[in-house]
Amino acid sequence: MFKRKLNNSRRNPLTAILVIAAGLIVAGGGYAGATAAVSHSTAGAYTADQVTEGSKLFLANCATCHGKNAEGANYGPSLIGVGAASVDFQVGTGRMPGQASGPQLMKKPVQFTAEQTEALAAYVASLAPGPAVPDEKWTSTTGNTTRGGELFRINCAMCHNAVGAGGALTEGKFAPMLKGVEAKHIYEAMVTGPQNMPVFNDANLTPKDKQDIITYLKYVEANPSAGGEELGSLGPVAEGLFLWLFVLGGIVAITIWLGAKSN
Amino acid sequence: MSSKGKDLVVAQEGEHEYATGLAVVAPDAIKDPGLEPHRVRMTDKSEKHAKNAERQVTAMFLASIVGSAFALWAYFAFPLSESDLGTVRSNTLFLGLGITLGLFGIGIGAVHWAKTLMPDAEVSEARHQTRGSEETRARAIEIIDLANQESGFSRRKLIRRTLYGALAFFPLPGIILFADLGPNPADSLKHTMWRKGTRLTRDPYGTPIKATDVTLGSVFHVIPEGLNESDHKLEEKAKAAVLLVRVEPEILKESDERKGWSYDGIVAYSKICTHVGCPVALYEQHTHHLLCPCHQSTFDLTNACAVVFGPASRPLPQLPITVDAEGYLVAQSDFNEPVGPSFWERKA
Repeated sequence: MFKRKLNNSRRNPLTAILVIAAGLIVAGGGYAGATAAVSHSTAGAYTADQVTEGSKLFLANCATCHGKNAEGANYGPSLIGVGAASVDFQVGTGRMPGQASGPQLMKKPVQFTAEQTEALAAYVASLAPGPAVPDEKWTSTTGNTTRGGELFRINCAMCHNAVGAGGALTEGKFAPMLKGVEAKHIYEAMVTGPQNMPVFNDANLTPKDKQDIITYLKYVEANPSAGGEELGSLGPVAEGLFLWLFVLGGIVAITIWLGAKSN
Repeated sequence: MSSKGKDLVVAQEGEHEYATGLAVVAPDAIKDPGLEPHRVRMTDKSEKHAKNAERQVTAMFLASIVGSAFALWAYFAFPLSESDLGTVRSNTLFLGLGITLGLFGIGIGAVHWAKTLMPDAEVSEARHQTRGSEETRARAIEIIDLANQESGFSRRKLIRRTLYGALAFFPLPGIILFADLGPNPADSLKHTMWRKGTRLTRDPYGTPIKATDVTLGSVFHVIPEGLNESDHKLEEKAKAAVLLVRVEPEILKESDERKGWSYDGIVAYSKICTHVGCPVALYEQHTHHLLCPCHQSTFDLTNACAVVFGPASRPLPQLPITVDAEGYLVAQSDFNEPVGPSFWERKA
């Protein structure tokens, strides 16, 4: 029976190789795709090495203020439960390690490399569950700009200005300008609520909402205002200054010239 | 010596003599300085300067022509495109610059022409009295008397008085109609959409909020359920907007009356500033202060939003909240006072 089947077939000898190769590709590719999806959705699948490296960096750079086990100390609050997102934001934008004390910690040149930042994030994430570094799909600018603009105006514009030019708070604090801030950091700031910024957790603004807001901010950053020179997007204050100095000055000069006698 | 300063003045101006009423001239009054000495212009002294001025005026008028032509050309050369907002910027800018040059050129050219090339002799004109002569005045009185006699206005009392009556009454319908054009605010400023059991929902989409969604340090912008379907959405939102914040329950200083108004550290306050009505939504997590961006009134959230800085005179009204059977945040009632700025009929 078998022999007859094999003898009667017109199969190319290479088909066996092709079928095995196809099988390997399907099985292997499917597994890689599935694990890729899984590893992105878990809260930072950090390795044990990263956690160890992070704890060493932490002891050397952060423990003075935040305590040896990140439980909090004189100058730094507890970091247990703040999550990898907090660390990635604070360290990645240079705000941490905090230096000069004052009403608000300022953005400074970033002190750690990307790998070191990730290690620190891994260590803090290992202490207790907390907000994770966002998935890349939530920080891409393919969201709905209009919807993002509406959400931004309702939730963010009162402190950050209608187009994210920044604004003042009380007693020396301020909401910084959002131009030039990485999309990932914008997301992390929203979800962790750094310093005096309130927390916008994923139940308040869903990841899709946050992506829309990021899309809106990047749109505004990339497109100049249709109304002309923005003057820092500060609105009537900057425009008023311009008018009072230059336009009114010009009008006064022209008025004086009008009434003056010719030479 | 009798003319120390209280004389009535009789002025004389040309042929007319007139009284200046009760005007008083002080003895040390500023004297009329007269005209300043005539200064000869360069364009009158030298032919070269005059030619130069002429060239300048011509140049200004030519620049005006160029400007207007440029504006015309730019309007078509930088067309508006629906998909690219940047085209609005360039089109408007060049149109504006061109038209400005077009108009300014004419104006400056004309003024320069008048100042440099037209005659510049000083002229003074007398200011004649406005009062008419005695004959004119007498004739006017004659005419008025004649009109009175012919119409019989003074004689016919009944006609005159009923005319006054008619004139007094005819505007009344108009006044009532105009007054009735707008709605009477009545009670609308004293109440908002919030009622017992109204769910707190997210602004702007109206999705209800669970107490577990509001984590420590969160700020939710809240509208009452049903606002988006209400008749006067904007008017209602302007009164009913609420800010929902969660703090540690221990730091809240609550009066006995308000002990049940918060839920496990979640508090809800009216967003409308009690100063002039801007939305107070700048929440500072560490200081627990709410800042109004308009005039910087600052409210302390842990102390029933008492005013700690700024021109507001009253704390923000608090919305009493609780949780319903499914875990959603609901209001217990409307605010206990009118929200927003003071108004005349407000009690406090």
